[in-house]
Amino acid sequence: MLEIEIDGKVIQVNDGSTVMDAATQAGSYVPHFCYHKKLSIAANCRMCLVQVEKAPKPLPACATPVTNGMKVWTHSEAAVKAQKGVMEFLLINHPLDCPICDQGGECQLQDLAVGYGDSSSRYQEEKRVVLNKNLGSLVATDMTRCINCTRCVRFTQEIAGEMELGQAFRGEHAEIMPFVEKTVDSELSGNIIDLCPVGALTSKPFRFSARTWEMSRRKSVSPHDSLGSNLIVQVKHDTVKRVLPLENEAINECWLSDKDRFAYEALGSDERLTKPMIRQGGEWQEVDWQTALEFVANGLKSTVREQGAQSVGALLSPHATLEELHLAQKLMRGLGSENIDSRLRQADFSGDASRSGAPWLGMPIAEVASLNRLLVVGSFLRKDHPLLAQRVRQAAKRGLRVSYVGPNAEDWLLPVRNRALVAPGKMLAELAGVVKALSLAVSKPVSGAIADYVAAVAISPAAQAIADDLAAGSSAAVWLGNLAAQHPQAASLQQLAQEIARLVDGRVGIIGEAANSVGAHVVGAVPGAGGRNVADMLDKPLAAYLVLGAEAEFDFADAVKTRTAFEQAGLVVSLGAFRSVAALDYADAMLPIAPFTETAGTFVNCEGRVQSFYGVVKPLGETRPGWKVLRVLGNLLGLDGFDFAKADEVCVEALGGSPEFVSERLGGLVDVPLSSQPAAEGKGFERVADIPLYFADPLVRRAPSLQKTKDAAAPLARMNAATAAASGVADGQLVRLRSAAGVVSLTARVDEAVADGCVRVAGAHQSTAGLGPLSGVISVEGL
Amino acid sequence: MSTHELIFAGLDGDRTWRLEDYVARGGYSALKKIINEKISPEDVIAEVKKSGLRGRGGAGFPTGLKWSFMPRAFPGAKYLACNSDEGEPGTFKDRDILRYNPHSVIEGMTIAAYAMGCERGYNYIHGEIFDVYQRFEEALAEARAAGFLGQNILGTDFGFELFAHHGYGAYICGEETALLESIEGKKGQPRFKPPFPASYGIYGKPTTINNTETFASVPFIINDGGEHFLNLGKPNNGGTKIFSVSGHVGRPGNYEVRLGTPFSELLALAGGVRGGRRLKAVIPGGSSAPVLPADIMMDCTMDYDSISKAGSMLGSGAVIVMDESTCMVKALERLSYFYFEESCGQCTPCREGTGWLYRVVHRIEHGKGRPEDLDLLNSVTANIMGRTICALGDAASMPVQSFVKHFGSEFEYHIEHKQCLVPADVQNEGSKIYVGPTC
Repeated sequence: MLEIEIDGKVIQVNDGSTVMDAATQAGSYVPHFCYHKKLSIAANCRMCLVQVEKAPKPLPACATPVTNGMKVWTHSEAAVKAQKGVMEFLLINHPLDCPICDQGGECQLQDLAVGYGDSSSRYQEEKRVVLNKNLGSLVATDMTRCINCTRCVRFTQEIAGEMELGQAFRGEHAEIMPFVEKTVDSELSGNIIDLCPVGALTSKPFRFSARTWEMSRRKSVSPHDSLGSNLIVQVKHDTVKRVLPLENEAINECWLSDKDRFAYEALGSDERLTKPMIRQGGEWQEVDWQTALEFVANGLKSTVREQGAQSVGALLSPHATLEELHLAQKLMRGLGSENIDSRLRQADFSGDASRSGAPWLGMPIAEVASLNRLLVVGSFLRKDHPLLAQRVRQAAKRGLRVSYVGPNAEDWLLPVRNRALVAPGKMLAELAGVVKALSLAVSKPVSGAIADYVAAVAISPAAQAIADDLAAGSSAAVWLGNLAAQHPQAASLQQLAQEIARLVDGRVGIIGEAANSVGAHVVGAVPGAGGRNVADMLDKPLAAYLVLGAEAEFDFADAVKTRTAFEQAGLVVSLGAFRSVAALDYADAMLPIAPFTETAGTFVNCEGRVQSFYGVVKPLGETRPGWKVLRVLGNLLGLDGFDFAKADEVCVEALGGSPEFVSERLGGLVDVPLSSQPAAEGKGFERVADIPLYFADPLVRRAPSLQKTKDAAAPLARMNAATAAASGVADGQLVRLRSAAGVVSLTARVDEAVADGCVRVAGAHQSTAGLGPLSGVISVEGL
Repeated sequence: MSTHELIFAGLDGDRTWRLEDYVARGGYSALKKIINEKISPEDVIAEVKKSGLRGRGGAGFPTGLKWSFMPRAFPGAKYLACNSDEGEPGTFKDRDILRYNPHSVIEGMTIAAYAMGCERGYNYIHGEIFDVYQRFEEALAEARAAGFLGQNILGTDFGFELFAHHGYGAYICGEETALLESIEGKKGQPRFKPPFPASYGIYGKPTTINNTETFASVPFIINDGGEHFLNLGKPNNGGTKIFSVSGHVGRPGNYEVRLGTPFSELLALAGGVRGGRRLKAVIPGGSSAPVLPADIMMDCTMDYDSISKAGSMLGSGAVIVMDESTCMVKALERLSYFYFEESCGQCTPCREGTGWLYRVVHRIEHGKGRPEDLDLLNSVTANIMGRTICALGDAASMPVQSFVKHFGSEFEYHIEHKQCLVPADVQNEGSKIYVGPTC
């Protein structure tokens, strides 16, 4: 500890602290622009100059290390003189266009100019003009306003992992720009808008639509990935105008992924379903809620009466709120059916019998920082979980060594030390190889149940390297990504992951696909005893489906099978915020339920954290919160226990009113015999399906600005050069892909980041829905 | 009145830069002496300390002391860098050292590497003197072939790999930490200090950076002893120094003299003021050094302490001589334009301030000055000085402050009369170049 006196206040600070840290601790505000607690120190704006005893000149607080006994004045005459001097320099070339600047009212330069600027300028020459840059569809530029603090540059380099911006030219001609003719394509790009202390970088979708002081700031929680980022939703005239991060060091820190930030645009989409609709005699008609709900209740009742309770089932989106999931499962169980599932994109349910508790990350998110070994199995980590990948990236800088087993090797912008690039069908054997090598490395026997399987596999060099690396660590975790969860041998992969974690005394976790993947398990949105899982419900179509927040062609493991099952069903009730085009064909009732901004709700994130939120705007049109719709439906069906006045009451019931309810139910470990089935059968190549981040849920699919980004480009048929040669196709060629379920045409792309013998074809997209299952064998044929 | 040449001694053939000529002049004898007599690194540093050698690049920091900052027991790689990025207007000595006597630098660096335990070194050569860079590469090849560089130097365990690296002409890359960034392949922008290069230099490893002339002096210190070198100059100002004399003199060029030589002698060596005109002002240490009026300058001796006492800096030893035909406003305008163009743009006061200074001086020069402009210049320079990451801000400010201080009346005349105090025909005659009608 070091002692420092700041503005007359003596405090103790940690070794290695800067004067800025100490000032923050002492409660003295030092004006600054380039300094940001999450970025490296640049010391280029010079605004934080302070007076230090015995120093001949003012020193920048952000970059000056504290020495014992140091005396600092942050607001002395000398300090303020230096700060005002810097402010004058910052302002001489800064345009006086605050009235038309989007940053006006939330501008650090504007705020500090009030305290440190003069009312008029001594600079009477012409001001600098800097041409704007096209950074893509999300970030707008007014580069003339730039003060060259390089926060955005450092963000792309240090946090997002790729230096997409830089400072070109010298002196007064210095400009912040992307590489020539490039845009900023990071999945975290929106954060540079928050970081920019002036109006040089602003939000393109939000631009000129409201002033910050006109909007109210309401807390919410992101409904997308399993992180559960905390949001500030800004609202004007009952419309969501903008989404900003709500700082939460334990989850999203001060960042948001672009998905969290810009998906709000979909809330105003033309595709919003605003009135209940039912189909009678083949014709769709808009009806009032009473009619619609009676139609649905009667349909369900008559189906149960005529075909038995086992003929109805609920397919619930893991992006739905805890309240909706709870009431939906309660309603199903009230009808007498255990056919409930929320794991819509999963294919292997063999672990269900042995699983207890909800699969979760196995550790708090913030503890990623303390790991020194991480094995990821089957994941598109960077795109599936942008901010979790960011945490791993930071940890990797401090010594975390990351290994990967899976069929994909796209750049995560962080060092992956060891990588076993294997086809999905070989992942199990590869992972078994890691277990085998690890067991030898740490001299612990393999668990009895899987010992025979493991003994029979060969250890590949990659598996050996991964095992050696894991064995040398002291704090390890094994994570199963979305690809592993959707894998046809998911339970067996998990079994081996558990074994690896056991051998190194590490933790094992399932990252989880959606905002409420954990919550859905906790409230029982999974089949109970005798119930059918999602695959089963679609394999042998039911008479009636209650579908909540999911679309047949995008949100299921097999779009073709789902579509067929829905078309065959006597009654499909679709509850959602959007009018799905496909649902017009297969549904019988479409009930408009509120997206996350229009309802109170709760999500349980991947670390098991329960986060409740309130609606921030009124529901659009006739839209109603899902929990209210399900409550009324429960009442109409004559079921007990559907009398709730508030969403809170539903949450209390769902979580047993106990703070430990969720933590007691986290687990999700399986105990299964390892699958001896080959994961893929037939002649051709194995399909590797990513779920592109801007197609993953109904909301992002309809966010126009996100849809214009590179990440939303139409899927390609990606394969390595060997696979392309084997199938006789060239890069850029149009190819026909054929699976057991159907045929689609895509453009081929030679991509060495795909395992040999595989074709990577994204799911959740119109152009690939015809292929059916996300995994399995497909043939490739040039056109 | 005479030169006293060490580095430049015997450079009167066209092959003087070749290894064989250098060895014939006694080159590499210092390195051999260290090896043969098994002089310890500590003793080498002690000798350099004793010599009073001060950095020849501009700051004049005692070289031996700088060498002693290198952590002895550091486990990893340590680097040595030579700053041949000679960009200071008026300075052209390092170019000639590298052109005519490159092996003196190689020998000096090898000795320095031996003294500080550096495994690798780089000579960062200014981008606009590409022929010099190419010649240095050739000299390196000669030294390697002869066993003076590389592994097992002169058959010992001592190894030192030296590489030439050329910049692209940015003035800022002569700032030592910008130079390090540039060597690492990054944009040449100064680093914030601390940490200093001795603890965090090239690739984050301990690094010592010295000027070309500094290294070239080292062999003489080892050969003749630190004390002898010190006595060539005066106390605290040891050795000889090469002065690049330019401007209104009869024979502009590099002159190597003992430190402490009177300025008047140096001026006479350079052929005196051209055309018999009166001396008006001298910038004694490169464009960043404050200008001194003739009367002050004529009383100075050419050494660090004397020039410093007179209110300027010996700097890199670039002596810019201006006679009575010089318009000081125009001279300052040119200097300010240089700093405006060469500011790296990293930190605010320099990025914004250098342009402001230039524009105000430009305005005064072009008859659009305002009465408050001199106060404005002083105020802007005060806001730049001491507030920037590196010394470029100070370097841009000091000429402005000193010109205004010593020649304020010329600026006032310009502002008041919209024309120059020195008649245009006198200026034209003095510089033999056309000077615009307003000046």
